[in-house]
Amino acid sequence: MTEILYLGAAVLFIFGLKQLSSPRTARRGNMLASVGMLIAVVVTLANMEDIGWGPIIAGLLVGGGVGAALALRVKMTSMPELVAAFNGFGGVASALVALAEIERTGAVFDTETGVVVALSLGIGSITFSGSFVAFGKLNGSLPGRPILLPAGQLINAILAIAMVATAVWAISTEEALAYWIVVGIALVLGVLAVIPIGGADMPVVISLLNSFSGVAAAMAGFVISNSALIIGGALVGAAGFILTVLMGEAMNRTIANVLFSGFGATTAGPVSIGDKPVKSATPDDVAIALAYAENVVVVPGYGLAVAQAQHAVRELATELEEKGVTVNYAIHPVAGRMPGHMNVLLAEADVPYDQLLDLDQSNPRFPQTDVVLVIGANDVVNPSARDDDTSPIYGMPILEVDLAATVVVVKRSLSPGFAGIDNPLFYQEGTMMLFSDGKAAVESVISALSNV
Amino acid sequence: MSEVFISGIVVFVLAAFVGLEVISKVPPTLHTPLMSGANAISGITIVGAVIAAGVGQGTFALVLGFLAVTAATINVVGGFLVTDRMLEMFKKKPGRSK
Repeated sequence: MTEILYLGAAVLFIFGLKQLSSPRTARRGNMLASVGMLIAVVVTLANMEDIGWGPIIAGLLVGGGVGAALALRVKMTSMPELVAAFNGFGGVASALVALAEIERTGAVFDTETGVVVALSLGIGSITFSGSFVAFGKLNGSLPGRPILLPAGQLINAILAIAMVATAVWAISTEEALAYWIVVGIALVLGVLAVIPIGGADMPVVISLLNSFSGVAAAMAGFVISNSALIIGGALVGAAGFILTVLMGEAMNRTIANVLFSGFGATTAGPVSIGDKPVKSATPDDVAIALAYAENVVVVPGYGLAVAQAQHAVRELATELEEKGVTVNYAIHPVAGRMPGHMNVLLAEADVPYDQLLDLDQSNPRFPQTDVVLVIGANDVVNPSARDDDTSPIYGMPILEVDLAATVVVVKRSLSPGFAGIDNPLFYQEGTMMLFSDGKAAVESVISALSNV
Repeated sequence: MSEVFISGIVVFVLAAFVGLEVISKVPPTLHTPLMSGANAISGITIVGAVIAAGVGQGTFALVLGFLAVTAATINVVGGFLVTDRMLEMFKKKPGRSK
């Protein structure tokens, strides 16, 4: 009976994920999955005899309180670091389950159990320390730029080999201490693997850590022979894997390239157009261009999140819609710091999701678009990714805003973006630069609009 | 290899394919809620944590169990709640054609 109920929980997870794939049903899907989780926990508790309730109840209360407080108080702009932190908690929980099993059995396992114990420990610990480095980079307590250690890749390779060798030692000698050394090496490896990765590559990293947290849970499922953990973990591993691949494709890079190259540190080709004149605009110029447009597309980037400009953008769009202008939003898959980051911010500002266009929907529209308003985005609208085969980002799919009649770029300065590459868009004939903080710029355009 | 272990591998592989199939059509708008919802599901390790905390003998084992339950519960409760908060915001404009 227990197994059947666990299977029921797993089926609810699958239905839940299925419904998460459409905005209409997504909320229900999340609820279904949470009901599945509740069933799994209740079944587990009901099946236990002769146990100490103290640590269970204390853990549920503390964890529930902390989790709820974090979830209910987080600002939408801080969502990437919260997701990173939750990944980390999931990873460490799976590693702790394996450690508790080592304590219980004295590390006496048959070979296959030893292997899955070592995998839970290794993957769970890497997920934990890697996620918290990502968390630090995202909330600004660690520098977001890539931190390259000398011979970093060699060190990581040696650590990875050492971890596998220690695991083999642990399994063959049934030595508990050796399993703990695996944990230690994995924790260091997680830190060193994420620290060289720059902020703009975070969508790939978070997706990959998400996948890892699922795989760690599945491995813990093998350790305790529990099908609910195996199924749930495998589903999450698959979901994270799909997102990782999608994010990699959106940057025209392989996952290995993201993990091992420290992108922001690579030197860009010689910048040859640095002296060309730039057309600087005032808020009034921008307001006039927008007010007399028929259709406007807003392209948000990480700068929008930093400036917390989503509500101001929404207000501007409402003003323009009242003047009969059609407003849409074009969102690059890797805009921001996690998959779908911009969509969440705009949803928070009450932008209806049917106004949000993805890459394939928006590119055919740009030639017929009167004004494109780029706010805090740079590399994802850089035409050299399409035109210049010497550019480091050549081949990356971009939003082709340069095909629109007029482009307004809101940016604090002319400094190059994350990839350190100059952007020919800024020097193009139909481009106006509005140098300002994203939110202040949008607000000044709104007040200028009332005079048009 | 024991039969239990082999059937575990069968379940794992099939579930991974179900996951790939179910999730491959998620629109970009929902990528963040998908990720945080999936993340909450990875908190299923809470089941293992509860068992570990329940059967642990000795102070150290109980501390490990307590920490496991705490971390997994943060993941589960926080993950589902924050996903719900996000999804609550995703609205279609009423009466908008197209």
